[in-house]
Amino acid sequence: MAVANSVVAPAAPLPPVLAALKDAVLVALVAMALTGPIVGLQTVDAGGRLTVDMRFTEVALGIVIVFFGRFGLALGERGLALPAYGVGALLMVAGFLLPWPAELLKVLAVAAGIALVVRGIAGQLKERRTQAVLRAPDEEDAKAERLRRLVTRGLGFAMLAAAVLLPMMPFANSYIMDTAIRVMTYMMLAWGLNIVVGLAGLLDLGYVAFYAVGAYTYSILSKDFGFGFWGALPIAGALAASFGILLGFPVLRLRGDYLAIVTLGFGEIIRIVLLNWTSFSGGPNGIGSIPRLTFFGYPFARRAPEGEVTFHQLFGLDFSPLHRAVFFFYLILVLALVVNFFTIRIRRLPVGRAWEALREDEIACRALGINPTNTKLTAFAIGAMFAGFAGSFFATTQSFVSPESFTFLESAMILAIVVLGGMGSQLGVALAAILIIGLTEAFRGLAEYRMLVFGLGMVMIMVWRPRGLLAHRDPTVLLHGRKSVLKKGAAA
Amino acid sequence: MEYLVQQVINGVTLGSVYALIAIGYTMVYGIIGMINFAHGEVYMIGAFTSLIGIIVMGLLGVTWVPLALFMVLLASMAITALYGWSVERVAYRPLRGSFRLAPLISAIGVSIFLQNYVQISQGARPKPIPPVIRGGFELMTSSSGFTVTLSYLQLFIIVLTIVLMVGFTYLITQTSLGRAQRACEQDRTMASLIGIDVDRTISMTFVMGAALAAVAGMMVTLYYGVIDFYIGFLAGIKAFTAAVLGGIGSLPGAVLGGLLIGLIEALWSAYFSVEYKDVAAFTILVLVLLFRPSGLLGRPEIEKV
Repeated sequence: MAVANSVVAPAAPLPPVLAALKDAVLVALVAMALTGPIVGLQTVDAGGRLTVDMRFTEVALGIVIVFFGRFGLALGERGLALPAYGVGALLMVAGFLLPWPAELLKVLAVAAGIALVVRGIAGQLKERRTQAVLRAPDEEDAKAERLRRLVTRGLGFAMLAAAVLLPMMPFANSYIMDTAIRVMTYMMLAWGLNIVVGLAGLLDLGYVAFYAVGAYTYSILSKDFGFGFWGALPIAGALAASFGILLGFPVLRLRGDYLAIVTLGFGEIIRIVLLNWTSFSGGPNGIGSIPRLTFFGYPFARRAPEGEVTFHQLFGLDFSPLHRAVFFFYLILVLALVVNFFTIRIRRLPVGRAWEALREDEIACRALGINPTNTKLTAFAIGAMFAGFAGSFFATTQSFVSPESFTFLESAMILAIVVLGGMGSQLGVALAAILIIGLTEAFRGLAEYRMLVFGLGMVMIMVWRPRGLLAHRDPTVLLHGRKSVLKKGAAA
Repeated sequence: MEYLVQQVINGVTLGSVYALIAIGYTMVYGIIGMINFAHGEVYMIGAFTSLIGIIVMGLLGVTWVPLALFMVLLASMAITALYGWSVERVAYRPLRGSFRLAPLISAIGVSIFLQNYVQISQGARPKPIPPVIRGGFELMTSSSGFTVTLSYLQLFIIVLTIVLMVGFTYLITQTSLGRAQRACEQDRTMASLIGIDVDRTISMTFVMGAALAAVAGMMVTLYYGVIDFYIGFLAGIKAFTAAVLGGIGSLPGAVLGGLLIGLIEALWSAYFSVEYKDVAAFTILVLVLLFRPSGLLGRPEIEKV
């Protein structure tokens, strides 16, 4: 700690508390200059002219919170764990007890306090773990590694069982089922994007464009050409994949960063085209009354149309609107599991290994004779195809599509799920999908802050835990198996 | 003919704005090899600080327009530069040496955060202000009665851009900060060995890029008279296209690319379709990447191990 201290404070080392105080004052001053004009002066419409409303009290209180938050953090960094906990507790108590003028400030104070305490505990755990790692890895570590894999696998199966049993639970009403369908749709999209981002290491910021291609393909095929869901599904997937190839071909030859901005632009272009090409896509009004999926030809309806048998008549049940939701849920579950199974298997095939190798070192891959452009293109096209499938499913469940559903924010949300889950980890992505969609449902009242928290969350994950909740960047296949690698480390 | 001249004037004005933003992209790319996705949002912050500044000047009773604009410009540049600095400090600096996608994802996070931050604190509605600079020169009139005008505002934008470019070129080529930046661009490790504070130089690059973006933001606020929290997204993509078109990493290239994109956009909306004017810039981007990935003035990139 003494070494770290001298690095932080140059020239004449201040006592740690004073140094932390100085740090906090500086940060508070920067925060004041940043938020003062943008938050403190709100432009409001006063009878056709703009004028400004001053909100300096709120800004001042916010800066006080920032000051104490940074003070606590700086204390923690200088090894004063106990005072850091104290500041954290103080912030939490103040957050709960004081009469704040805005709800946001209260949340900010409590969150800052909790963050301080959590960070303090995490820091101490990390220190202990570093000490543990300093000794050479041995049999016990191999055992722990096996246990970790066992737990991961068990958790995966437990989640699958929970998903299968969910519709049979007594509490499964239509709200729960709709949310579950939403979670599964995002999970499928995130698993698809995981192939592109997590395995191949290509940052795709316009993933939702392929989702839109799938949704509009199904809508138009089923409405104007009388295709059924199963007939339209492969076409939607193929079309989305061809868009992926078309877009990826010029860009994937170049540095990875170009792909990010081209896909970002492409996502926006698709939306602009859908908005303006009214004769094709219905413009901003979208396409309505898309035929809904039937149970292999038996519709879910209270009364059957002329000469048809409904689902509940077929099975001799009473009519319930839940039947449709349950069927949709199982359908998306199967679709998502197909993506998952596909990913797990393809990771072990040569092309999947080539993706992971390219992600780690492109130059080495080229030296080994892998064609980087084609390899990346397969990942990009396969990811796009799964988005196309999910889009078709979306269109048939909603029976309405419009450009509103395919904004950049959707792409950002899917990316956030992949990033939070840990790029490349199937289980992590599944957990992150449940967490993020669950949280957005739970905080519906604070919906306007949702994207704010997302943005902040993406930065914080990158800074603190760049490998996501469940880190998984180990190669899927190793030359001599996993255990021998550990042994080699012990011998060294 | 007269119509064409008018479109060229409009295009050059628009191009000046893109050029100023594009410099921020190209400088950051040159020095740390990363696309700063949040730069469009920094420009949006610049537009908002100028808008607030102009209103505050009105409330304070500063009626002499040149003084008011000068003060707004300085304040907006300072605040936006501080945003640029903070973004680098919080979201990019801790990630140096992390895996390749990390700074890109972090940049997207910053971009989403800043957009929503402004939306929440300033409201989602477009913000209109009355024109501050009115009038202009009538250059020529065609036989059919169409008059080509160069408004004082357009002149102001073009002249200010030229002045900034001259000052900026001086800064890069003649001062020690500029030398340090060029050194970091070539080899960061070597630069640190000869005593250049690399972290500080990178920070200054972000500060300079953000200050120029703030000028662009003020120009757009004055020129269109209406802004909203979403303007950074498209302007960012277009300015990035300009930087790629000119050759990313090359400063004269960014200016050339900006002017070209501005001209193409003005002519495209005049002669083809206004709805698809945003598609134009993107089409150019894909074409450039297909046929000349190093841009007009850029050097082909050699990837080092």
